[in-house]
Amino acid sequence: MKKRFYVCLFMALLLMAALGGCAGGTGESSEDKSSVVVGIQQDIDSLDPHKATAAGTKEILFNIFEGLVKTDENGNLMNAVASDYTISEDGLVYTFTLRENVKFHNGNTVTAEDVKYSLERASGLLDGTALISTLKAIQSVDIVDEHTVQVTVDSANTELIYSFTAAIIPAGSGETAEGTPIGTGPFSFVSYKPQEGIVLAKNAEYWQEGLPYLDEVNFKIVNSPDTALLDLKGGSIDIYPYLTDSQANELKNDFQILAAPSNVVQALFLNNADETLKDVRVRQAICYAMDKASVNEFVTGGNSMLISSAMLPTMKDYYVDLNEMYGATANIEKAKELLTEAGYPDGIDLEITVPSNYEVHMQTAEVVAEQLKAAGINAVINPVEWNTWLEDCYNGRKYQSTICGITCDMTPGYLLNRFQTDSKKNFVNFVNAEYDELYLKAQASLDLSEKAEYYKKLQQLLCEDAGSAFIQVPPITIAMNKKLAGYKFYPIYVQDMSTVYWTE
Amino acid sequence: MKYLFKKLITLIMTLFLVSVAAFVAFQIIPGDVVTSILGTEATPEREEQLREELGLNDPPVKRYFNWVGDVIRGDLGVSYRYSKNMNEMMPVAELIGDKLPVTLWLAAIAVILIVVTAIPLGVFWAKSKSHALDACMGVLTQAAMAVPSFFLGIIVTYLFGIVFKLFSPGGYVSYRDNFPGFLGYLFFPALSVAIPKIAMTARFLRNSMLTEMKADYVRTAYSKGCSDRRVMYGHVLRNAMMPVITFLGMIIAEIVAGSIVVEQVFGLPGIGRLLISSISTRDFPVVEILILYITFVVIFVYFLVDILYRVIDPRISNR
Repeated sequence: MKKRFYVCLFMALLLMAALGGCAGGTGESSEDKSSVVVGIQQDIDSLDPHKATAAGTKEILFNIFEGLVKTDENGNLMNAVASDYTISEDGLVYTFTLRENVKFHNGNTVTAEDVKYSLERASGLLDGTALISTLKAIQSVDIVDEHTVQVTVDSANTELIYSFTAAIIPAGSGETAEGTPIGTGPFSFVSYKPQEGIVLAKNAEYWQEGLPYLDEVNFKIVNSPDTALLDLKGGSIDIYPYLTDSQANELKNDFQILAAPSNVVQALFLNNADETLKDVRVRQAICYAMDKASVNEFVTGGNSMLISSAMLPTMKDYYVDLNEMYGATANIEKAKELLTEAGYPDGIDLEITVPSNYEVHMQTAEVVAEQLKAAGINAVINPVEWNTWLEDCYNGRKYQSTICGITCDMTPGYLLNRFQTDSKKNFVNFVNAEYDELYLKAQASLDLSEKAEYYKKLQQLLCEDAGSAFIQVPPITIAMNKKLAGYKFYPIYVQDMSTVYWTE
Repeated sequence: MKYLFKKLITLIMTLFLVSVAAFVAFQIIPGDVVTSILGTEATPEREEQLREELGLNDPPVKRYFNWVGDVIRGDLGVSYRYSKNMNEMMPVAELIGDKLPVTLWLAAIAVILIVVTAIPLGVFWAKSKSHALDACMGVLTQAAMAVPSFFLGIIVTYLFGIVFKLFSPGGYVSYRDNFPGFLGYLFFPALSVAIPKIAMTARFLRNSMLTEMKADYVRTAYSKGCSDRRVMYGHVLRNAMMPVITFLGMIIAEIVAGSIVVEQVFGLPGIGRLLISSISTRDFPVVEILILYITFVVIFVYFLVDILYRVIDPRISNR
C-alpha cells in the first residue's frame, strides 16, 4: 500500500517537472516581436502622475502621461498636448494653444477643461494641497477659448516652463471611483500588480504619427541585481537599465550594452554644521585628499564625468568646469597642510554614512575612505538602510558626512537651490550670505545669458567654499537584447519605449 | 473540548502580544512613513495631508487600538505603499490574498518533495550496512544542509535554468493566467527550499531509527519471528517517526510562513518577499497582518502536530 502511494506521488512530481520544462521552454520572453519586457528595480509608488515622486515610477509613467510640453532626448522642451505657447514680456502670463485632436486613452479628445483641471489639481488651486511644489507659483488658469488656456503666475521665473511637463489627465479623473490611469502618452495603462509589475499597451491613436512601434510593454519588477542578471541570460527580460560596471562586462558578449551620462550628482556631502567640518579648511582638505579619477576608474569603469560643483556637465549653457580647483587626483600634501593649519596636525576622524541599498555609493565610499586615510583623515563607513538615511541624514541632518546621489531635473538651478541657507532641502547646512544673495538675483533674472553667468558664479562659490566634496556623474548603463533597436537616452530619468522596435 | 478551548485562548493571547510587539518595534525603528512614501520633493501641505489621512497625528496608543478595533471588525486596512489604481490604495486583505497562493503552492510542492524523498532516504540509510555509503550520505547531507539558501537558489537557477534550460529564470507566470505554467515554474524554487530540509529530515530519521533499532522491543519482535520488513516498517519506523513529525512540523511552519530568500532569488511575488519590502517601506498595516499570519501558521501547525501525536501514540492523550 505504502509503496504504491510513493509511486503515485513520484509520478505526480515527475509530471510537474515535465510541466516545468514546458513552461520554461515558452517562458514569458517576448519572442513574438510585438512586445518587450523591461526589468525595473523598484515598485511603483503611485499610479497618479501628480503624486508619484520616485524616479523609478516617473520613468515608467513617462510612457502613459504627457504634459503641455515634454522633455526630448536632448533635454529641450518639445510641444506635446500644446502645439504652441507664448510667455508674456513680464514672464507672468503663459498662453498655451492646444494641439488639435489629441486623444486620451479612453477615446475622448483633450479639451481646455481637462488642461485647466489638471493644472489646478497639480498646483493646489483645486483643494489647497499642491501636489507638485514648483507649480504652486500658478495663480489662476483661465480658458480663453476651446483651444487656448492662459496661466497666470505670481513671479517671473524662466525655469517654470519645465514644470508644465506635469501630466494632463481627463477632468475629474483624479477623483473617480475606478481610477484607471488615463493619459495621452504613446502607451496606455493595462494592469498593475504589486511586486510583479505594470503592463502597458500601444496607444493606436497617439498624436505622433507612426509611434509607438511595440504593441505591449511589460515593466517587470526584478528584486535584486543578481537575479536580474540571471533573468537576462535566461531571456525573461529584454531590457535592463541599471547595470553596474562589472555586470556590464559580464553581459557584453550576449547583449547590446549602451551607456550615457545620468542625471545623478554623486558627492561626499559634508555637514557644514558639524564641529570639525564647519572649518572651511577641513572641508577643503577633504576635497584635496579625494582622488576622483580613481573612483571613476574603480567604481564606474572610467565612464563617469568628474565634477566639482552642483551642476550637471550636460547643462552646457550653465556648467562651468571647476575640476582644476582641487584636481582630479589626490593632493595629499595640500590636504595635510590645510588640516595642520586648521589645528589638526594628527588628522581627523570622519564618519561616512551611506544608504546601503545603492551599490554604486557603497563602492565609492569604500574607495574614498581609503583615499582619505592617506591624508590622515580616518574615515569610517556607516551603512544605513534607505529609510533611516532619509530620516536621520536628510530630514534630521544628524550625520557628519554622507555619500549619496541627487537626481536632478532639467531646470539648471535645481541643485544650486538647495545650498541656500534657508532652503528646506539644504541638508548639508551650507551657509554663505553671498551665495544666497546671488541665487536670488539669478532667480529674478529674465535674461538667459545673465542668468547663466550668475549660475556659474554660484558653482564657483560653492566649490571654493567646499560646501561638499563633489565626485562624479555616474553613467546609466543598460543591457538590451541584440535584436532590439531604437532605445533613446534622455538627460532625465525615463524609459521611453515609444521608439524601441525589433529588428528581426 | 477543554483542550481546544485552552489552545484557543493561548492563540489569542499570543497574537495579541505579537501585534503589540510589532507595533512597538515600528515606533522605535527610524524612518518616517510619510517621507518614505512622498520622497524628498513633496510640498509640506501634501505631507500634512497624508499624515492626517494615515492617522499619524493621533497618539500611538490610540492608533494601536483603532487598528485592533478595525481588525476585529474584519477591516484589515489599506497598504501605505501599494496602489490599487490611480485614486485608491490597495486593501491589505486583497494584497495578501493575492500573494498567499504563491507561497502556499510553493510550500505544498516543497513539503511533498521533502516527504517523498526524505523518508525513503532516511529508511534506506538506516538499513544500509555499507560503511562507504554511510560516509557518502553523511557528507552529502552535511553539504546540502550547509549551503546558504540564497546560494543554493542561484545554483539551481544556473544549473536548471541556464545550463539545462528546463525553466526560464525570472519567467514567473501568475497563477491567474496560466496555472500549469505557474506550478511548473514553482517546481525549481520548491526544490531549492526542499534540498536542505530533505537532508535534515533524512539525517534525523536515520538517527532516530538507529536508536529505535537498539530498543528491546525490536529484539522481542525478532524473537517472535517477525520478518525484517515487518520489524522495520511496523515497529521501528512507526516509533522513529514520532520525533520526525515534530521536526517536519517545524519545517512546514517555516515554509508556509514564507520562504523569504528563495522567493527573492526566483522573483516569486509571495508572502516572504512582501514582508521584506513592506518592512523596508514602513508599510505598517501590511507588516502587522503578515506577522499575525506567520504567528498563526506556526501555532496552528504545532497544534496539528499535537493532534497527530495523539493519533499515532494513544498514550499521550491519556496522560
